[in-house]
Amino acid sequence: MSQLSIADLWKGYAGAPVLRGVALDVPAGSLTAVLGLSGCGKTTLLRVIAGFERAERGSVSLGTQTLENGRTYLPPEKRSVGYVPQEGALFPHLDVQQNVGFGLARRERRGKQVAELLQMVGIAALAKRLPHELSGGEQQRVALARALARRPQALLLDEPFSSLDASLRTHVREEVHALLREQGVTTVLVTHDQEEALSLADTVAVLRDGRIIQHAKPEELYERPADQHLARFLGTVNVIDAQFERGTARTVLGALALRGDVAPGSDRSGSVMVRPEQLDVRAYEDGADDEHAASLVAGRVEQCRYYGHDALLHIRLEHLDTSELLLARVHGEQALPIGTRVTVAAHGPAIALR
Amino acid sequence: MPSTPIAGRWTRAWSGRRHWPLVSVTGGAIAATLVLLPLVFLIVEAQRSGWSEVQHLLLRHAVAVLLWNTVRLTLACTILCAVLGVAAAWCVERTALPARRLWAVALVLPLGVPDFVVGFGWVSIDPALHGYLAAVMIMTLSLYPLVYLPVASALANLDAGLEEAARSLGLSPWQAFWRVTLRQISPAVLGGCLLVTLALLAEFGAFEIVQYRTFTVEIFTEFKLGFDTVAACVLSLVLVALSIAALLGELSLSARSRSARSGPGARRIAPRVALGRFTLPALAGLSTVSALALGVPLGSLVYWMARGSSTTLPSASILSAAVHTAAYSAAAAVLSTLLAVPVSALAIRHRNRVTVLLERLAYLPMALPGLVIALGLVSFSVRYAFSLYQSSLELIVAYAILFLPLALVGVRSAMGQSSARLEEVGRSLGARPVTVWLRVTLPLIAPGLGAAFALVFISSATELTATLLLHPTGVNTLATQFWAYTSEFSYGAAAPYAALMVAISAVPAYLLSRRMSTLAHTEQRS
Repeated sequence: MSQLSIADLWKGYAGAPVLRGVALDVPAGSLTAVLGLSGCGKTTLLRVIAGFERAERGSVSLGTQTLENGRTYLPPEKRSVGYVPQEGALFPHLDVQQNVGFGLARRERRGKQVAELLQMVGIAALAKRLPHELSGGEQQRVALARALARRPQALLLDEPFSSLDASLRTHVREEVHALLREQGVTTVLVTHDQEEALSLADTVAVLRDGRIIQHAKPEELYERPADQHLARFLGTVNVIDAQFERGTARTVLGALALRGDVAPGSDRSGSVMVRPEQLDVRAYEDGADDEHAASLVAGRVEQCRYYGHDALLHIRLEHLDTSELLLARVHGEQALPIGTRVTVAAHGPAIALR
Repeated sequence: MPSTPIAGRWTRAWSGRRHWPLVSVTGGAIAATLVLLPLVFLIVEAQRSGWSEVQHLLLRHAVAVLLWNTVRLTLACTILCAVLGVAAAWCVERTALPARRLWAVALVLPLGVPDFVVGFGWVSIDPALHGYLAAVMIMTLSLYPLVYLPVASALANLDAGLEEAARSLGLSPWQAFWRVTLRQISPAVLGGCLLVTLALLAEFGAFEIVQYRTFTVEIFTEFKLGFDTVAACVLSLVLVALSIAALLGELSLSARSRSARSGPGARRIAPRVALGRFTLPALAGLSTVSALALGVPLGSLVYWMARGSSTTLPSASILSAAVHTAAYSAAAAVLSTLLAVPVSALAIRHRNRVTVLLERLAYLPMALPGLVIALGLVSFSVRYAFSLYQSSLELIVAYAILFLPLALVGVRSAMGQSSARLEEVGRSLGARPVTVWLRVTLPLIAPGLGAAFALVFISSATELTATLLLHPTGVNTLATQFWAYTSEFSYGAAAPYAALMVAISAVPAYLLSRRMSTLAHTEQRS
C-alpha cells in the first residue's frame, strides 16, 4: 500500500494543453474519484499515471518510487500500476482464465491464484468463456480481476461503469467498491458521473480545464463547493439573493443559517445556494390564523417532474416579480399537481457563493 | 530536456513508445522503395533516348488506334459488369429467389478462373471467336464478380429503415430503389468498377488469345518480339497514366457519393421482394450467366483433358511446373505479407502525413499492370544488377510488389482488430513490448496475415504476364507452360495446367463467397 503523488503535471497534444499543472495526492489504500466533464483531461491523467503517455513536465510517484519526473521515466510494464480501461478491453483471443492470468508468470497462469481471483470477483463459473460470450458487467469483473492479479500498489479505473445498464451499474458498483475496500489498494477512479463519485469515493478531486479545482471528502464537496459552476455540476441548486448579517442570510425564504466565507468588506449582499432537498413544501391550508399565515412563504406549483423515487417541483413564489422558479425535491408520493398553492420553508444552512 | 539528441527526438515524435517503431519504419521504407523502383526505372529507360524520341513514339497513328481500342473496350466492359453485377447482387440479396445460397457461390466462382483460361476455353471450342465483341464478352464474364461481391455485401448490410422512410414519403418501390438504395450502394458499385477497369488495362493473356490489340498486348509484343525496350517503356507510361486516371476518377466520384449510416440504433434487414411472375426470367438470366462464365471454360477444360490424355500424356513437367509455381507463390506471399505489416502498423498506430503517404504509395501497384512492374524491374536489373535479371528472386519481388495491395487489404483490417488499447493493457500487466507483440498483437492479426498470404499466393500462382517476362530461363511455371502449349494450339496438352491453376484458385474463391454469406448472416442475427 503506497501513496500516489502527482505534482505539477503538464501534458498537451499538438500544442493544445490538456493537463495544466495537475497536483493530486491519493492517500495509501484510499479510493479517490477524479470527477470532470468529458474532455477535461481525466483519461489523459490516467494514461500518464499508467505510463502510456509521457508528461511534458511534473512528477508522478508511488510510495518511495518515482514513476516519472523530468529525468526518469518507467515504462508501463515496470510500474506496479493496474489499469482497467473503459469497456474492459479484454483480449478477445483469450478466455477468461487466460485473460486474468496474462500478467502472471507462466507457471502461475493455471494455478490456484487465478481461480481465487475469479472466485473473488464472482465469475468462477465463467473461466473458460471467451470475452464476447460475457455480459458487460462480467467483462468489467474480468478486467478488474486481471488488473488485480499482479497485486499492483495502485489501481486505475477509467469510467468502469459507464457502459453498463442503469440497473446493473449500481449493483456492480457496490460489489467493486466492497472488493477494493477489502484489497486496500490505492485506487484512482475517473468518472463524469457525480453521483458515482460522491457515493463511492473516499475523496473526490474535481478536474476542470486541466487543473484540479477542488479535492475534498464527498460531503464537504457537496456542501461547500468551490464555486457556483461546481455547485451546479454536483446537483440541482437554487441560487437566491441574500443579505448577509453575522452568520445569517436574509432571503425570500426567511433568515437562514449561513455557511461559507463572505468576503470581508463586501457590501453585505450577494447570493447563497440552497439545495432542492432543503425545501419543505406543503399544500397551503386555508383557515390558519392570520398571524401565522403572514410568516409563511406561499407559491404555486408550475411544473412537476416525476422521477418515481422523488419528484422535482418548480414553484413560483407569490409577491415576487422575478422570473426565477424555485426548485424543490419531494418524495415521490408527495408530488403535487400543477397549480396547487403551497407553502415553502427551508431547513439547514445556506451556502454563500463566491 | 534541451540536450535530447536529434535522433532521440525524432523517434519520440513517432509515438512516445520508443524503439519499436524503428522496425516498422525500416519495413515501411523498404516497401516504399520496392513500390517506386519499377516506376522510376520505367521512366529512366523511357527517356534514355531523349524526349524527342519519346514524342515521336507517342505521336503515332498506331498509338491512337491502341488508345481507342483500349478505351472502348474498357468502357463497354465496365458498364456491362456494373449492370450485370448489380442486377445479380440484387436478385440474390434482396429477392425471394429460389436457391439463393447456391447462386451466391456460383456467381462468385468465375473469379477463380484466370481470364486467359476463360479466353482459352472459348477460343478452343470456336476458333473463329476474335476481335472486339469476343474480348468484351469474355472479359465481362470473367470480371463481373468484382462488382457483384462488394455490391452484394453492401446490399446485405443496407438499413431497411432508409427504404421504408422513402416509401412513407410517397416513393414507389422503383423510385425508392433508384433514389435511395442505389445511392447507398454506389460506393460499392464504383469500387467494383474501378477494379474491373484496372484489371482490363492490365490484361494480356485473354486479349492475345482473341487477337485484340490493347496497350498491354502491344507493349508485350514490342518488348518480347521486337526487343524494343524503349518503345515498350514509353507505351507503359501511357498505360500507367490511364490506370491513374481511372483511380482518380473513382476517387472524385466516390467523394461525392460519400455515405454513412447516421445515428445509433439497430440496423434492420429489409424483407425480401417476392419476384412473382419474374421468378422464371430471373432464374433463366442467372443460369445463362453462370453457364457462359463458368460452364463454357470448365466444360472445354474437361473436354480437352479427356481428349488430350489419349494423345499427349501430361509428363513429369507438370509436377515440376507445379512445384515451381507453389515455391515462387509462397515466397512472394510471405514477402508481401511481411511488407504489408509495417505499412499498416504505421498507418494505423502512428498516423501522420508521412505514414498516410506511405500507405497510399503501397496501394500504387493497383494502378501498375503486372507487365509494367515486370518491365520496370527488367530495366533496372539489365542496367544495374544483371545477376538479378530473370532470377527467381526478381520474379518473387515482382509478385510481391504487384500483389502488395491485396496483402494490405488483409493485414490492415486485421490490424484494426488489435487496438492500441489492448497493447497498453498488456504492458500495464507487466509484459515488455516484444512480449505484448507476440502474445496480443500477433494472435489477433494472425487470421488477417493468413488471408493476405492466401490472396497473394493464389494471385501469384495464376499470374501470366509478368511471369512470361521474368521467369528464369529453363524454369517453367504452370502459367508459362500453359501459355507455351496454347500458343502452339496444343489445347489438349495445355488443359491440365489450366485445370491445376483453376483448382488452386477456385478453393479460396469458394471460401470467399461462403465467408461473405456467413458474415451477412451473422450480422443479420445480431
